[in-house]
Amino acid sequence: MSAYWKANQRRLAPWIFLAPGLLMFAVYVIIPIFQSMWISFYDWDGMGEAKWIGLQNYAEMTSDPNMVTSFKNNLIWLALYMLAVPAGLFIAIFLNQTVRGIRLYKSLFFFPFVISQVVVGLIFSWFYAPNFGLLYNVIEWATGKGVAILADPDLVTYGIIAAGLWPQIAYVMILYLTGLNNVAPDQVEAARLDGAKGWRMLWYVIIPQLRPATFIAVVVTVIGALRSFDLVSIMTSGGPFGSSRVLSYYMYETALSEYGYRMGYGAAIAVVLFAIMMVFISGFIWKMWRDETDR
Amino acid sequence: MFPRPIQQTSKATQWMYSIALPVALFLWLFPLIGVAVTSVRPASDLAQGNYFGIPSYLAFENYADVFRNTPMARYILNSFIVTIPTVIGAVTLSLMTGFALAVYKFKGNLLLFFMFVAGNFVPFQILMVPVRDLTLGLGMYNTYWGLALFHIAFQTGFCTLFMRNFIKALPFELIEAARVEGVAEWRIFWYIVLPLMRPAIAALSVLIFTFIWNDFFWATVLTTSADTQPITAGLSSLNGQWVAAWHLVSAGSILAALPPVAMFFLMQKHFIAGLTLGAVK
Repeated sequence: MSAYWKANQRRLAPWIFLAPGLLMFAVYVIIPIFQSMWISFYDWDGMGEAKWIGLQNYAEMTSDPNMVTSFKNNLIWLALYMLAVPAGLFIAIFLNQTVRGIRLYKSLFFFPFVISQVVVGLIFSWFYAPNFGLLYNVIEWATGKGVAILADPDLVTYGIIAAGLWPQIAYVMILYLTGLNNVAPDQVEAARLDGAKGWRMLWYVIIPQLRPATFIAVVVTVIGALRSFDLVSIMTSGGPFGSSRVLSYYMYETALSEYGYRMGYGAAIAVVLFAIMMVFISGFIWKMWRDETDR
Repeated sequence: MFPRPIQQTSKATQWMYSIALPVALFLWLFPLIGVAVTSVRPASDLAQGNYFGIPSYLAFENYADVFRNTPMARYILNSFIVTIPTVIGAVTLSLMTGFALAVYKFKGNLLLFFMFVAGNFVPFQILMVPVRDLTLGLGMYNTYWGLALFHIAFQTGFCTLFMRNFIKALPFELIEAARVEGVAEWRIFWYIVLPLMRPAIAALSVLIFTFIWNDFFWATVLTTSADTQPITAGLSSLNGQWVAAWHLVSAGSILAALPPVAMFFLMQKHFIAGLTLGAVK
């Protein structure tokens, strides 16, 4: 035994080190993905007998108006969330100076990312609240008529996205601040001697050097946009009249709330969301794979 | 350096910058400042329509009210009870997986690594039904361990990515030299690699603490009662009871935000090092 171990130690060691983590990850993350796909072919209330119904859950989705609203909102989230990338870059450039107290400024600008989305949601609910809310009163003062953003089906999704952008911009900002710190100073000086400045300098010299930061910023922003559950749940519970639902929230509603425990249909919605996410995940992994094998 | 250092610009620009900084910060944190002020505004001010003026006095009684009339202290305690084992568990597991993936060449190494990375990005909803079932089946539904075990498993994905890259960046000669000396593999892990991992452990611990403290989705899916609910879920249910009692909602929000904020300020360097991993090459 001991001789065998001595001879094969280096071959066995990685698997022993991997075993506990891999086991946990498989049980709680990898296997459930496939289980969800399986459940999506059933009609199941979570307790009784599950009934195989093939693709019926998916067929139902195509004519479900809530699904259309959720999907449309997810697209709006994705598109508008991308604003976090240029906005974060803008703030990072604004703060990338060495004046007194700048470290504290940077930390305070980063603040919104540290606090829970539940708290962010409550903060913005207060900000938008009719009569009590600051923004409501500002609008009322400016136009003579207040707007209850979270009660307006046409505005509600934008209101929630604005709340989500707040911490997201902070996150992107910190990525770019780190990136800007590592921009090669000699290249900037050389470009400056050649007369480059302002926008041209930013576009042709700085942004290409910030590519790793931009990559991560896009990754976390896409994921943040598609994970948008907390804010919707806290600020509107999908309302008014279901107009602020997104796939992640609608899935939760169908599978686990007063709308009835429709686990099969919920799982099918989750599979659709997963498929959308998978498009992006594959892209990230492909790029990481290239970087890894390049070296 | 980009942009041009402000010291090299005209006096007027420098002066404008020194004004613009605090103004921009104030606008940026405006909603937060509003809530902080509301949290110490007496209820009588709200009743009289004084929503935005100076509070007539600093009503710290709002905080006392929150603690007296709600299970807030319990929620905070629950959050700690779930968060701390998660941090320890995820960091421990990922030290080992990260070590295995960074140090050994074997078939499927990259594949496993990318599995951890990809798993970390999946939408929570695809895990929800099976994980809830599993937790029910283990008899751990609505318990600390039910929630913590899931968090440990899920965070292992992100932590493995982090640890593996960190160990990869260590000088490999250290490990080779030890092997030549005939040091056992587990001793290499324990005596050579682990002592060098302190910064990575610190960075991940603060990050995971914040992530788990702020988690809301799994708290709602896996816990249901005030005995086990963490503060995010607790705050959400209190928000349903406090209709338009904004002074209480605000005080509760500030309380929920405090621990991660304190963590961030105490461990700022590590926090940012963890978060910006990979933002530079």
